Amino acid sequence: MTATDLSTPVPAIAVPGNHGTSARRVRSRAGRLVGYAALVLAAAGLLLPFFWMVVASLKTNNDVFTIPITWLPDPVVWRNYLDIWQRSDMTTWLGNTLLLSVIVTFLQVFTGSFAAYGFARVRFPGRNALFLAYVGTIAVPWQSYMIPQFILMSKLQLSNTLWSIVAIQAFGAIGVFLMKQFYETIPEELSEAARVDGLSEYGIYRRIMLPLSRPALASLALLMFTTTWNDYLGPLIYLRSPELRTIQLGLNTFISQYNAEYALIMTGSVLSVLPVAVIFLLGQRYFIEGVASTGLKG
Amino acid sequence: MATLPRTRPRNRRLVSRNTVAGWSFILPNFVGFAVLTLLPVVVLFYVAFTNWNVFGVADWTGTANFRRMWDDASFWTALRNTVYYAVFHIPLTLAAALGLALLLNRKLRGVRFFRTVAFFPYITSIVAIAVVWNQLFSPEYGPINALLGAVGVDNPPGWTASATWSMPAVIIVGTWRYMGYYMLLFLAGLQTIPAQLYEAAETDGAAPWQRFVHVTLPGLRHTTFFVTVLLTIESFKVFDLILVMTGGGPGQSTLVLSQYIYQKGFEENQFGYASAVSIVLFAICFGITVIQFMVNKRRNS
Repeated sequence: MTATDLSTPVPAIAVPGNHGTSARRVRSRAGRLVGYAALVLAAAGLLLPFFWMVVASLKTNNDVFTIPITWLPDPVVWRNYLDIWQRSDMTTWLGNTLLLSVIVTFLQVFTGSFAAYGFARVRFPGRNALFLAYVGTIAVPWQSYMIPQFILMSKLQLSNTLWSIVAIQAFGAIGVFLMKQFYETIPEELSEAARVDGLSEYGIYRRIMLPLSRPALASLALLMFTTTWNDYLGPLIYLRSPELRTIQLGLNTFISQYNAEYALIMTGSVLSVLPVAVIFLLGQRYFIEGVASTGLKG
Repeated sequence: MATLPRTRPRNRRLVSRNTVAGWSFILPNFVGFAVLTLLPVVVLFYVAFTNWNVFGVADWTGTANFRRMWDDASFWTALRNTVYYAVFHIPLTLAAALGLALLLNRKLRGVRFFRTVAFFPYITSIVAIAVVWNQLFSPEYGPINALLGAVGVDNPPGWTASATWSMPAVIIVGTWRYMGYYMLLFLAGLQTIPAQLYEAAETDGAAPWQRFVHVTLPGLRHTTFFVTVLLTIESFKVFDLILVMTGGGPGQSTLVLSQYIYQKGFEENQFGYASAVSIVLFAICFGITVIQFMVNKRRNS
């Protein structure tokens, strides 16, 4: 297993290729129609759960499950979106999650891009072996070392603090991979010229690489924010006090407390998904490029 | 690997200066990485051979944990269920992701929209996904069984309420969630296949299916390999989705390895035994990855 094997070069996704744009218009039109039908069907299947989530969140509780099924809320119960704040600690949960996501994202972007520069542009003995250690962790699921990690974190007095989540999320390999891959596409001549001009390696990182790698940094930031926002297992294991709960953990306790409040549960779910959905839609391009260029999850 | 600064091997001062610079770049990340990832992996192999419990008092017990595991019916159930999930999740997701990618790799209006739609489940949190799908799967009032009833299925499955159907339900949701992610990887792979290859195949009179088999599939070999590795690891470590959706039930019908580790470790405080089970999970994921890499290498040469 070598580093080069894993970093399969994948280009950013451009406009779809136009394979086979030859004659035979009729057949291609038929194919196009079939293609559309398949796409619409797939999209409907993919979106059904989200549709249900939003619709149910606007229904009265008794209307969520009816025979036959009602696909639109009638009446539309906007009240659910007010009630949820009183019935749960939504504010605390969202606040904790936002705080964690921002800190983790910042740390990951900073340390990841910094380390990636070292791996991509500075040649020193032991570098490749070190990188191999990062690569190797792809094959090691977190679930397999969560027990010893928990033991260590308890020894460090970090469990049941928000810092534990920062610690387990902020130093992953993903930032190093993503940024390294990007730095390697920047022509070496640029840094060579800067070196001749007397810039130090830190100067090159700060003045040349960072400004050039804005799109990659955006990708990484989006991926990290989403990962931290959605993380359920980390908080489940480390955060025991109710006031430390993140949105995922809070939502899940809400679900088990009010398991018959179907509509309100959906309201909470919508609220937990909304911030990430907005961020994803705004930064979609970076997001997709980030995934395509690393093939890695956070 | 990219081009590296040209170092003159004799220039010791340059080497040592580069070493200092290199390490200083890597260190901020590496310290965290080493303490929180590398060290725990090493410690795992110690704890698994002890009877470590909540008080942190541990005696070396040799292979006792592993012998206990051998006779532990729940462990085998968890392992069997994990394999069950993987055996269906991997090919299903692979096929769905590739199918979607092929559909979206064409000049159609609105492909961008569809790509977003396909990726959306992946960025949605597990808790929200699990609770929505549980409502959809609701045996008596849920829309899925209503739909099945409408097309003439008399005895629709009980899904998460039934020991037989809970695992298929989880597999469906798992596939739904991850196919958009792997679709992106396939899309990126498809872009690397030169259009000329398709044109040449077409002038040779190759039918679409033949083009798929002789141009697309070979062109995607690297991507498929990479996706399979990631999917395999992802399947064997499956946990949070199942934990929130079914809690491992009904009975032990969806109990998987990761959840068993969690139960033994964090609910019953048997860190030693839980670590022994962790080693099995570790060995499976690492072993399968290594085997896949070796097979891939042999095929390449």
